[in-house]
Amino acid sequence: MSDWKFMARQLVKNPLSLAGLIIIAIFVIVAIFAPLIAPTPEGHRDAYLIPRDGYSATPQPPSEEHIFGTTEGQYDIFYGVIWGTRSAFRVALVVMAITIVIGIALGSLAGYFGGLLDEVIMRITDIFLAFPALILAMAIVSAIGPSLKSVMIALCVVWWPSYARLIRGDILQLREEDYVEASRGLGASSGRVIVRHVLPNAIYPSLIMASLDIGAVVLSAAALSFLGLGSPEGYADWGQMTQFARNWIVGPHNEPLKYWYAVITPGLFILFFVLGWNLLGDAFRDILDPRLARR
Amino acid sequence: MELRAYIIRRLLLLIPVLFGVTVFIFGITMLFSPGQRATLYVSSPQQMRDLPAVIEQYGLDRPFFIQYGTWIGQVFRGNLGWSTVVSMPVAKAILHYLPATLELAMLATPLIILIGIFFGTKAAAHKDKPLDHGTRVVAILGWSLPTFWLGLLLMMIFYGYFHGLFPPGRLSIQMESFVSSGEFIRYTRINTIDAILNLNGPVLVDALRHLVLPVITISTVNVAFIMRLMRSSMLESLGKGYILTARAKGLDERIVIGKHARRNALIPVITVSGYLFAGLAGGAVITETIFSFKGIGWWASQSALRLDIPSVLGFALFMAVLFVLVNLVVDILYTRVDPRVRLGQGVQ
Repeated sequence: MSDWKFMARQLVKNPLSLAGLIIIAIFVIVAIFAPLIAPTPEGHRDAYLIPRDGYSATPQPPSEEHIFGTTEGQYDIFYGVIWGTRSAFRVALVVMAITIVIGIALGSLAGYFGGLLDEVIMRITDIFLAFPALILAMAIVSAIGPSLKSVMIALCVVWWPSYARLIRGDILQLREEDYVEASRGLGASSGRVIVRHVLPNAIYPSLIMASLDIGAVVLSAAALSFLGLGSPEGYADWGQMTQFARNWIVGPHNEPLKYWYAVITPGLFILFFVLGWNLLGDAFRDILDPRLARR
Repeated sequence: MELRAYIIRRLLLLIPVLFGVTVFIFGITMLFSPGQRATLYVSSPQQMRDLPAVIEQYGLDRPFFIQYGTWIGQVFRGNLGWSTVVSMPVAKAILHYLPATLELAMLATPLIILIGIFFGTKAAAHKDKPLDHGTRVVAILGWSLPTFWLGLLLMMIFYGYFHGLFPPGRLSIQMESFVSSGEFIRYTRINTIDAILNLNGPVLVDALRHLVLPVITISTVNVAFIMRLMRSSMLESLGKGYILTARAKGLDERIVIGKHARRNALIPVITVSGYLFAGLAGGAVITETIFSFKGIGWWASQSALRLDIPSVLGFALFMAVLFVLVNLVVDILYTRVDPRVRLGQGVQ
């Protein structure tokens, strides 16, 4: 466990990862207290649908009523970005959890049993990795119909192969360890050896990798939403809110930056959310890289 | 001889991978009901009423592998279906939109690699100094930026605020009509190259003005990655014995870094550069969409949005083949860069 203490100390000591931790903490607080920060108007049926103030297309600048202004279609930007934090966490956590479960299941089967099963599973990951991630995700979402759920499914399909590979690699090493040999010698079944002795030691690298990947997952989900392949219209989703601003990047001739608020705000939320995770991830990578760390 | 045998073996290994890829791609379309897929063949309301006949005619309700066989047979004959979004055959659409994307990739890739290698080397040479921290922060910011948002911001400033300085699209309207007239010969359909071959200054300038923002957008997001990779590879290389020897001999630090360390540190960067080019050549989907830069990525995103399945499939297939081939080229390149690497064996 001293390794984990060492890691925690390093993360807090390094100003960049500390900044990352603080940013993530702020987003966690915003997500938890979203109903208090941006209360849902009474009688509104779904808290994740941004309340709108009229139907005019032109965005309205920040005012007392709408402190961040409204975007195309009079959706309240403040409400959208606050509740969008919850959407971002939801996508990230669901995708990562499913990815890890699939990755562990297939990776440990391949690594532990080896042989034909290993060969088949690894060739399947080859097939998935032969595509650029975003394009495969696009193809899947457009085939099963655009929605937030489709985005999550597509991202899981795109993401699991690298986890299966990582876990397989770890297990290949672990299965040669003396304590695994000993357990097998005592007559333990394969299932028991995997679950009790191999997996607990193989799971940490993938958990760490998952934390490094959260930024990338949120970025990809936002990109799909931006392309119009994500959540239904009016859903609190940063990618979609940026898409709303697309027609308003150029204002009237004498005031070219008139609609800046519609463009800047949702993008800043995506940037900071992803930045928080990436700052943390970068520090993790340094700590874990045996060639660089602890010199 | 050795090289040829290796290439042949690798190309043979492609067959199972491509088989898997095509089954998978085709499998995605089979998520649609036969009725939904039949509508792709329908061109009039009259036919709409005869959907069962269409399903029957094209065998859309037959078992998976029979339909797959029919489809793959068509693919081998170069028939990837019809792209409704751009009203041309999918195979033709790929060839039609590829030059624009290649143009973007050709300009962006060297820029990304050179900047990445330069700052990556600097950062490693000044490890834990302000320069290192500075490039680290820039890199992390770079890969946290949503591409689409960066594109919009750049357009807001350089198209909006500076009144059309760097416009979206590939060419302005006047130039577009001039280029498609008989006076301008389109050798490659890559505007900048064609302009040079035609010795036409205005077209070249116009094409470059349209390229500035997309190239900046793609580069900003990708340079961070090369920079960080170069840095860690460089740090590893700097820790090697031969560097100590070189320094002990009293060699100039610039030569130690530039020659001894950097050359060895370049190997992983070469692999990633291959993927980078393949990725960009396959269409910077987001960048092209934002700047209405009508390349293959733009076409793919339009197809995905309008559920134009044959186009999405054709594009995905094209990408898979491209990636697998680039992979092969990169592996062969290795042996040229690092004589220790033997084909099919890795570093000894």
